[in-house]
Amino acid sequence: MSDATLHSAPPPAAAPNEAMEIRFRGGGFVAKPHRWMAPIVFVVLIAFIEIGTRSGFISSLTLPRPSDVLATLVQLYKSGQLFEHLVPSLTRLAVGASLGAIVGISVGVMIGLFSYVRAGLVPLVAAIFPIPKIALLPLFVIWFGIDESSKYALIAFGTFTPTVVATYGAVDNVDRSLIRMGQSFGLSWFSIVRKIVLPGAMPGILSGLRISLAIAIILLVAAEMLGAQHGIGAYILEAGSLYDLERLFAGVVILSLLGVITSGAIGLIERRVLGWRT
Amino acid sequence: MDIRLDGISHYYGETEVLRDITLDVPSGQIVCLVGPSGCGKSTLLRFIGGLERPTKGAVLQMGQPPEGCLNPLTYVFQDFALLPWRSVRGNISLVLEDHGIRGAKADKIIADVLARTKLSDFAKALPKQLSGGMKQRVAIARALAVNPAVMLMDEPLSALDSQTRELLMDDLIALWDRQPFTAVYVTHNLNEAVRLGHKIVVLSRRPGAIREVVEIDRPLTERSFADADLERTQKHLWTLMREEARAADEELLDV
Repeated sequence: MSDATLHSAPPPAAAPNEAMEIRFRGGGFVAKPHRWMAPIVFVVLIAFIEIGTRSGFISSLTLPRPSDVLATLVQLYKSGQLFEHLVPSLTRLAVGASLGAIVGISVGVMIGLFSYVRAGLVPLVAAIFPIPKIALLPLFVIWFGIDESSKYALIAFGTFTPTVVATYGAVDNVDRSLIRMGQSFGLSWFSIVRKIVLPGAMPGILSGLRISLAIAIILLVAAEMLGAQHGIGAYILEAGSLYDLERLFAGVVILSLLGVITSGAIGLIERRVLGWRT
Repeated sequence: MDIRLDGISHYYGETEVLRDITLDVPSGQIVCLVGPSGCGKSTLLRFIGGLERPTKGAVLQMGQPPEGCLNPLTYVFQDFALLPWRSVRGNISLVLEDHGIRGAKADKIIADVLARTKLSDFAKALPKQLSGGMKQRVAIARALAVNPAVMLMDEPLSALDSQTRELLMDDLIALWDRQPFTAVYVTHNLNEAVRLGHKIVVLSRRPGAIREVVEIDRPLTERSFADADLERTQKHLWTLMREEARAADEELLDV
């Protein structure tokens, strides 16, 4: 629709026998890549805020000046504080998310393969999916202690449910005719799972992982806001309570970048692993 | 190794789909099953390969499969059933890996079947790069790799356009001529049946029962594109099926 072009005014009615070119009406409705569009939107938006805050029609209480946010980021990097916050955050994210994803994929595959497991666990997963996991943090603190392990558990638990749902959906969607082919050639059950079901479920699992990792970043910040010395969440919370908008936004920018990087990483894996897709 | 179908009847719930089918598939021959759509011919094929069980009757294997036969009853499917994430070579090695055949021994088998199906140059290609006819040739190569005693072909050419179908029929005849194989060939295309079948079994509409068995003595290699005798046989088959095909077409599905 975005590609709809304005057609010139309809040609004047032609004489009965005159040759006339057929009007083209097949355009639009196709997504085309426009690489330069995203940077333009970013640049225009940031430039608008920069000009707005400089000229004063956006008050400094509403939004910080983008150049100041950048300066804060540079300063954060130079003082070494950036890594002081980034390293613990990334560790929590990596440990929690991989734990949740691994357990989630395993449970999802089991649900997809065994009808007893499906009957038993699908309602359970549906029951725990809508629970806001942050509400359970106090409980996790009691179960796993105040230190890192309760944060790992929270992030793992949050990534677990969407991963399970995506994985068993993906296993269900594996082409049955391929499984039947495997059986007809006398492949063992284990071979069918490893060589047909798992690769066939890969596209669905990876697109589920995209969502799970975004949720993991959200939970990471939430966990750090509730109790951590270091970490991006703690940094943002501290900045917020001092109403230091530059630092708050610097933290938010780091989170956005983290999201873009994880999504890009999954895109890269998809391109490598799923090159067979048409 | 021969196959005998012994009094097979089958029900889906209350619906009788097959009635008392008794049939011999002698080794070295291609037996074609034809019939109106929904007569249960594909179901019958799934019984023969052990993918489904009939309500009554049994499929018997007469004698032992020949030496070196990895998967005696091997299917060729209408939709090819190739793994899209494996190359042509990988798709064939898939069915060898489970028999512990890897490395040089597997390479030898794969090279042989690819040569027989004229695919030697495409070993590294992915299925998405291949045309429909090529995909089915890969599936046939994969079936040949396990050295089957009986090939079970479920409308193998139905997803292809008519020119590709002609070419593949020639390929199948050449393959059979080089090394006669046993096959049960399900099709709704009567032309395929008279070109490839030594024995053509006409099934009636649901419940599917054997209406007539037509034998064609002429060797496969001598059956050409528009042969008058074959045309006559094909016409005879069509008169047998015509009314039933119409009735089957007008039937409401309540599945």
